[in-house]
Amino acid sequence: MRLVLERRSETPLALRLGSPLLAVTLTLASAFVIFAAMGQDPLNALHVYFIAPLSDSWGLQEVAVKATPLVLISVGLALCYRSNNWNIGAEGQFLVGAMAGGWLALATHGAPDGPWLLPAMLACGALGGALFALIPALLKTRFGANEILTSLMLVYVAELLLDWLVRGPWRDPQGFNMPVTVTFEPEAVVPLLLEGGRLNIGTPIALLVVALLAVLVGRTLKGFEIRLVGEAPRAARFAGFDEKKLTWTVFAISGALAGLAGILEAAGTVRMLQPGISPGYGFTAIIVAFLGRLNPVGCLVAGVFLAVTFIGAENAQIMLRLPLDVTRVFQGLLLFYVLACDTLLLYRPRLVRGAHA
Amino acid sequence: MTLLEAILLTVITASTPLLIAAIGELVVEKSGVLNLGVEGMMIMGAACGIVAAIATGSGALGVIAAILAGMAMAALFAALTLGLAANQVAAGLALTIFGIGLSGVVGAAHVGAQRAGIGKLEIPVLADIPFLGPLLFNQDPFVYASFALTAGVAWFLTRSKAGLVLRACGESAASAHALGYPVLRIRFLAILFGGACAGLAGAYLSLVLTPFWTSGMTAGRGWIALAIVVFASWLPWRAALGAYLFGGITILQLHAQGAGFRVPPQLMSALPYLITIVVLVLIMRLRRGGTAGPAGLGLPFVPDR
Repeated sequence: MRLVLERRSETPLALRLGSPLLAVTLTLASAFVIFAAMGQDPLNALHVYFIAPLSDSWGLQEVAVKATPLVLISVGLALCYRSNNWNIGAEGQFLVGAMAGGWLALATHGAPDGPWLLPAMLACGALGGALFALIPALLKTRFGANEILTSLMLVYVAELLLDWLVRGPWRDPQGFNMPVTVTFEPEAVVPLLLEGGRLNIGTPIALLVVALLAVLVGRTLKGFEIRLVGEAPRAARFAGFDEKKLTWTVFAISGALAGLAGILEAAGTVRMLQPGISPGYGFTAIIVAFLGRLNPVGCLVAGVFLAVTFIGAENAQIMLRLPLDVTRVFQGLLLFYVLACDTLLLYRPRLVRGAHA
Repeated sequence: MTLLEAILLTVITASTPLLIAAIGELVVEKSGVLNLGVEGMMIMGAACGIVAAIATGSGALGVIAAILAGMAMAALFAALTLGLAANQVAAGLALTIFGIGLSGVVGAAHVGAQRAGIGKLEIPVLADIPFLGPLLFNQDPFVYASFALTAGVAWFLTRSKAGLVLRACGESAASAHALGYPVLRIRFLAILFGGACAGLAGAYLSLVLTPFWTSGMTAGRGWIALAIVVFASWLPWRAALGAYLFGGITILQLHAQGAGFRVPPQLMSALPYLITIVVLVLIMRLRRGGTAGPAGLGLPFVPDR
């Protein structure tokens, strides 16, 4: 018996919608087995991980708070991946965005400022992320350097830069030598949606970005260009689309969105700069993008699901003493299953009896 | 022992894991497969290596466990990319994320647990040569293994028939298939070899270099190994040169930090990553944009019957 893949002439819609669901189901089944292997009651652990975060208003708000950066970053990455530009350095672009926006908050700290401050911070964050993302884009288009490696190396550089800033020039002098900046002033904090809640205006911004990108990809010439360059590069060249310019565009957009997510996180949730402001959003967003089938609305749904795993991990660490790394295992498995299920879209697998033909 | 000798010795220890992992990945890429999961396989090797070594009290068993762990991870990657023709870039990223997570779970009980490193293997007579002797002939077995691997792979790829077939799979899978070679099986073996090397490199980190386990201890070395393959233009001996270049930079920045240069330590720590980027750019400039890589690198192959 061996597995043979036959190319499909067309993919049924049900399969296209069903394949991410199948991947999620397989991940949950694997989680069941892993929990049992770790000596946990699997049903209880699954409940703590995947259901409890959704069962009260505080948990739901927390899911939305965690989903916001994931969605913002992943819709940008989806544009990159669709056009065969492998930006895997969103984590670094997120941090640079937080630093660029945070710089403005710190520079105006204690000085009179007005309502212009927060929008300016968000703009700075997006600009910082975009410029940082343009480094691998430039190295790719100008020198042909592999963008996978350069964008990833820049993540380490951004982490070390943030570490240096909060331990050196930007450290809070009254911070008991902790590597943190001062807490941002109220004008420099992203306003809450509901008094006393956790949601801030970052979440509606993310929803707006999803809507905008859904229109861009589905309804505009630019979106067609992005899809064509990824799916049929030769045809795109004949059509006169400039591949290099497109690389710049998608890197700039995805960097800007990652940077925006970074400053929203720094000025909204954390309200200061410190190492570890991101629990790996930039890497998890890669999984979100694939689970969302590189589609903006899909990324929205997938972002919510992965946000649940982040909160589930925190709950499980407190209640079941499970290490946080378990979440990464699930996230990696999820991406495996997503990729495996995507094969079903292109090919019809058949088991064939006998040896090689 | 002079200071120069001491520095050269540490350069060797820093370069060895890079070389082993890079040689493995070089073979994988020559067969036409891009496995970006080196970091994940390496860290699984590091975790399983030290856990097995502590459990059994044997360094050798630890090394074997590490190699097996790397191969198991590689087999997972092969199932996806060969069996299901999945996107290799995405599957490699998944392998890295999965490996970093799983290694944390595997090693959780052993964080910081010390164990004696693996001893040196002194080659009699030759080790007594002044200066060169202790440097070249009084090393741990991994160092000899790394050069044996480099020489073996260089011979295999250029001098053996099997190596020629493997390269054919990387240049044009369709042609190799038409000639009757089992492309997927050859690629599978290459991927397993890459996994074994990455696992071995991981074992070196947790059993010799540090020697203890901390989560995330590979710190991007798997990615640097990938960059070394590009730098080396897919030539084994040039990969050795690349590994020693990066190993040298790592050690140099450590010594510079120790010597109290008035530069932020974070800048020095960022140096290996920055230099990787610079080297990637320079090598592409030298090649004037052309790639020296296998023509079919990263393209999935589905045999039509």
